[in-house]
Amino acid sequence: MLDLSKYSSIGEAVRDALETWPREVCLYESDRGEEKQRITYREFGARALPLAKWLQDTGFRAGDRASIIMTNQSKWLISAYAIFFCGGTLVPLDYKLKPEEQWTLIKHSGASVLITEYPVWRQLSVSSERAGAAKVGTVLVTEAPANADLAGATRWEAAQGASQPLLVPRKRDDLACIVYSSGTGGTPKGCMMTHGNYLEQCVALTSLYPFWPGVKYLSILPTNHAIDFMVGFFGPFTCGAAVVHLRTLRPEYVREAFTKYQITYVSLVPLVLKNLQKGLQARFDELPPVKRRLFERLRDVNKALTQHRPLLPLSRLLLKQVHAGFGGKLEAIIVGGAFTEPQTLQFFYDLGIPVANGYGLTEAGTAVTVNDLRPFRADTVGKPLPGMEVRILNPDEDGIGQVSVRSKTVMAGYLNEPELTAQTIVDGWLMTGDMGRFDATGHLQLFGRKKNMIVTEEGKNVYAEDVEQAFEGLPVKEFCVFAANYIWPSRSMVGEQLVLVIHLEPGKPLTEELRKEISARNNRLINYKRIHGVVLYDDDFPLTASLKIIRVALAERLGKHSREQAILPV
Amino acid sequence: MRTLEQTTQEILELATKHFKAAPGSLKAEDDFYKTLGIDSLQTLELLSRLENHFHIELPDYEVQGVSDFKTLAERVQSRL
Repeated sequence: MLDLSKYSSIGEAVRDALETWPREVCLYESDRGEEKQRITYREFGARALPLAKWLQDTGFRAGDRASIIMTNQSKWLISAYAIFFCGGTLVPLDYKLKPEEQWTLIKHSGASVLITEYPVWRQLSVSSERAGAAKVGTVLVTEAPANADLAGATRWEAAQGASQPLLVPRKRDDLACIVYSSGTGGTPKGCMMTHGNYLEQCVALTSLYPFWPGVKYLSILPTNHAIDFMVGFFGPFTCGAAVVHLRTLRPEYVREAFTKYQITYVSLVPLVLKNLQKGLQARFDELPPVKRRLFERLRDVNKALTQHRPLLPLSRLLLKQVHAGFGGKLEAIIVGGAFTEPQTLQFFYDLGIPVANGYGLTEAGTAVTVNDLRPFRADTVGKPLPGMEVRILNPDEDGIGQVSVRSKTVMAGYLNEPELTAQTIVDGWLMTGDMGRFDATGHLQLFGRKKNMIVTEEGKNVYAEDVEQAFEGLPVKEFCVFAANYIWPSRSMVGEQLVLVIHLEPGKPLTEELRKEISARNNRLINYKRIHGVVLYDDDFPLTASLKIIRVALAERLGKHSREQAILPV
Repeated sequence: MRTLEQTTQEILELATKHFKAAPGSLKAEDDFYKTLGIDSLQTLELLSRLENHFHIELPDYEVQGVSDFKTLAERVQSRL
């Protein structure tokens, strides 16, 4: 691994990685089971530098912002490196967002360059929101068909400068990325991440889960997500390892990739991990009784022998077929983005497949705690990573309080939101809004949230306020959206739901017509943003002098009623 | 060449079979996440079925944000 203490920027570190391992493969790209390309570190540089030069020739300078909206693929990483090489700030956005949402964030970020794929651009270019995005002077589009109308964009493949560009140096405190942790409907939360944040996080993570030349990381989580950016780009690149991209994320091709590439690490969200568990369990259940008993005996033996620490070679021997299904070289499944149920984690650990679960948030530079597996503890999210100070604020009689974090990986703040930043980072401590406590062995356990938000099993953060827009104009006196657990605090992190609180017009009942209207609007929302039920409130909402709802006070009043009785289905 | 109605009908039949729904219970306007109680991964499984049935290639991005059978049918139709 490169000695990252010597570097002050991502661009510098990746440049040296390309020189250190020129012949190692850094990227594999496969589509529907067929390998389309493999790229060495040397070739990676040869593709990125002409793009960097082209960007520089068009006037892209240090500190300028460039957004990438792409599915997981080689051109994502090549473009990112070109941006860093120019000293630019990267704004990675989710390709799954709607075009209007993407434009909102592009505008908010102040990006002057947009790099995207043709299918994404096809929708972006015709979106009415494009109108106010005059600042975006350059749009590069990958893989456009030969006769396609590019609507003012330039082909990515043609963006090639002729001469060698010069690396633009950056300092550790300079912005490397603006990562949106939410805010497509309400206040955009653009986390300003510095080069120092990433360099420190990379050192901390690889101390527990190292990469080396020959490692193959399967990149499934979108690369704009903080986890994949770290373990599917920066982490492996600073260690000479390789990343495998699949252009189609259908289960059958993902399964095949494990064996074909003998994957070392993969990151998954809890939803996918649970699906994997279901699939495996169904296969175990189908085994003939004799085989099944044998399998269960072997699993028990494995469980007993790996009680204190993982013993991968032994587990691979004992449960050969299970491990062969994962390619036989899997070191760990990294699970993140949302809370994972302990029984799912235990299921995999008992099979000898370590699941590196942890706890983190974009604002903290991804991971704060990670399970070190010595011993494996499914009931916790692990111990703080090296360099992380974690404190429990105002603990109650059970020791549970708000988790706060201080570390060099904590973001510089939210872009254009000094007030929100001041509320979130207090005296250098990041207020996570999550509730937790440390057990006697120093492992962190989580017990619900203080924030008015939910995190779905797909790893999506949904802030209640972001969903309100969908209900604007409802024929009611006033309304707002809450995370149910914000009103009725719960110590659980699974099955979180949103509810719509409405104050009806005086004397008017909740009519069938209104219910239908709410339901229709709800259905127009993307599935994970939908409300679960309606709560009626028959008094005026408490408001500030500037007529904003005082949510804490309203939640407190609503919380006096029973949760079960208050939530009406939609 | 199939009409959009035929394509829609065939998709409904395929989905009914794949997700073991009651025959005739799915409608074109249905939000399949809700009606079938499926997640985003399971919809990807359905795509492979559609590809085999219609002999087309349906990239994942074509169904980004699609949550009802009618829109899905339109996407399939445009590739027939």
